[in-house]
Amino acid sequence: MAHVRLSHVTKTFTRHAGRRLARQFLADWRRRSGGDRYTALEDVSFTLGQGESLGVVGPNGAGKSTLLSLVAGLTAPDSGQVEVSGRLVPLLELGSGYHPDLTGAENVRLNAAVMGFTRRRARELFDRVVEFSGIGESIHEPLRTYSSGMVMRLAFSTSIHVDPEILLIDEVLAVGDQAFRAKCMEKVFEVQRNGTLLLCVSHDLDVLERLCDRVIWLAGGQVASYDRAPAVLEAYRQHVGVKSGPSPVAGP
Amino acid sequence: MWRRDYFFLMAQLVARDFKIRYRNMSLGIFWSLLNPLVMMAVLTFVFTRLFPGNPIRHFHVFVLTGLVPYGFFALAWATATRALLDNPSLIKRVCLPREIVPIATVLANGVHFLIQIGLLVLLALAAGYGVNRYWLWLPVVLGLELVFVSGLSLASSALDVYFRDTRYVVDSTNLLLFWMVPIFYSFEAIPAAYHTFYQLNPIAAVVLACRNVLLEAKAPPASLLTKLTFVSLAALVLGWGIFARLKRRFADYL
Repeated sequence: MAHVRLSHVTKTFTRHAGRRLARQFLADWRRRSGGDRYTALEDVSFTLGQGESLGVVGPNGAGKSTLLSLVAGLTAPDSGQVEVSGRLVPLLELGSGYHPDLTGAENVRLNAAVMGFTRRRARELFDRVVEFSGIGESIHEPLRTYSSGMVMRLAFSTSIHVDPEILLIDEVLAVGDQAFRAKCMEKVFEVQRNGTLLLCVSHDLDVLERLCDRVIWLAGGQVASYDRAPAVLEAYRQHVGVKSGPSPVAGP
Repeated sequence: MWRRDYFFLMAQLVARDFKIRYRNMSLGIFWSLLNPLVMMAVLTFVFTRLFPGNPIRHFHVFVLTGLVPYGFFALAWATATRALLDNPSLIKRVCLPREIVPIATVLANGVHFLIQIGLLVLLALAAGYGVNRYWLWLPVVLGLELVFVSGLSLASSALDVYFRDTRYVVDSTNLLLFWMVPIFYSFEAIPAAYHTFYQLNPIAAVVLACRNVLLEAKAPPASLLTKLTFVSLAALVLGWGIFARLKRRFADYL
């Protein structure tokens, strides 16, 4: 059975990663200190199994995206265990890996392969992906001629049709126009009904309320609260000063 | 467990590289022929007209047997070194075996390599060199070059994530190699003291083996093949090991 289990996971990053000089690198290596570090996540534990959906809320920089990267296995924790079993699809940043000079169709095929489709499944699902995206004939035009909304629609359609057992969603439900957004939500609910586990980061608390059983509230890399969705969301709303119900500042 | 279709994935990534490079150019695929042809013409002009009296027969074919394997190596290594930094989204946003990214870049260059090999064979036949059974060594030797470049690229692309100067080291090494590989001079012109050095340099070894087969109609010497095999496999094992060690923190540094 598909499940995700994190126990006492801590993740730190080196400051200035990627632009250090060899001199500093050697100094750090000699001291074995790893240099100037900051903690993105500290002692995070949760379990997700059996058709559950978990939401993640928190201010920018609280460690929400880091959490999803860890679950996706894109980055490794400094301590603690990340245990994932099942076909996992991360929907972290729509349109990443898409190339403007390739046509929509070529991009769909490429990303189908990247997300783990087999050649045959990619062929089978191609028409459904294109139909869902509503791109129509433009599918054979280079991606650079698309509007940004169209790119997002195509990217969402490809990802959602991969048929995941575990779906990680990072702020990608606010895609395209109102009609397409509603279609996306409907599709996510359908995927959820079919037993896919959801791990969903969003600033749209109403979306989380509809989608998730439980919610983690992250603050400064630590779990501030982890409980049933209505309770955590209510507390979070009060904390950030947003009234319940449709709110003017919902969304990213 | 979820079985990925790695072949499909690799084919798509190679096709992507290939399409992106040529899609917006009016000459398209001919660019991969034009570059070695221009180099061949210039070097032939210099070494037969400006410095006349060159004893090497069919100098243009001779030079091309050097240029094609060298050109593939230099370009594949240089572009594969940048592959991870050029595709941060493939590392940070999607789950896939990361080794595939630099290797796909090498293979995409391999497609051009094949086209250029075709050109080389054509020019050799046109110059009157015949087909012989030693041609069977060509795929072996060129395959070993592919193995060598892949190993080197795994190491250098992983290092380039942490030290972005790696690419400049690679570029300089390539420049140096143009002179250290017998492209426009023959192996016989090299003093015997340096012969081992040339045979241990895999690119020089590939060039020499190609000349043995195409121009001299004989099998490459066993000593050369052994050294080439050993160095290529060692590079692959080492490169794979370095990549495996460094890949854990790629996402944090991109």
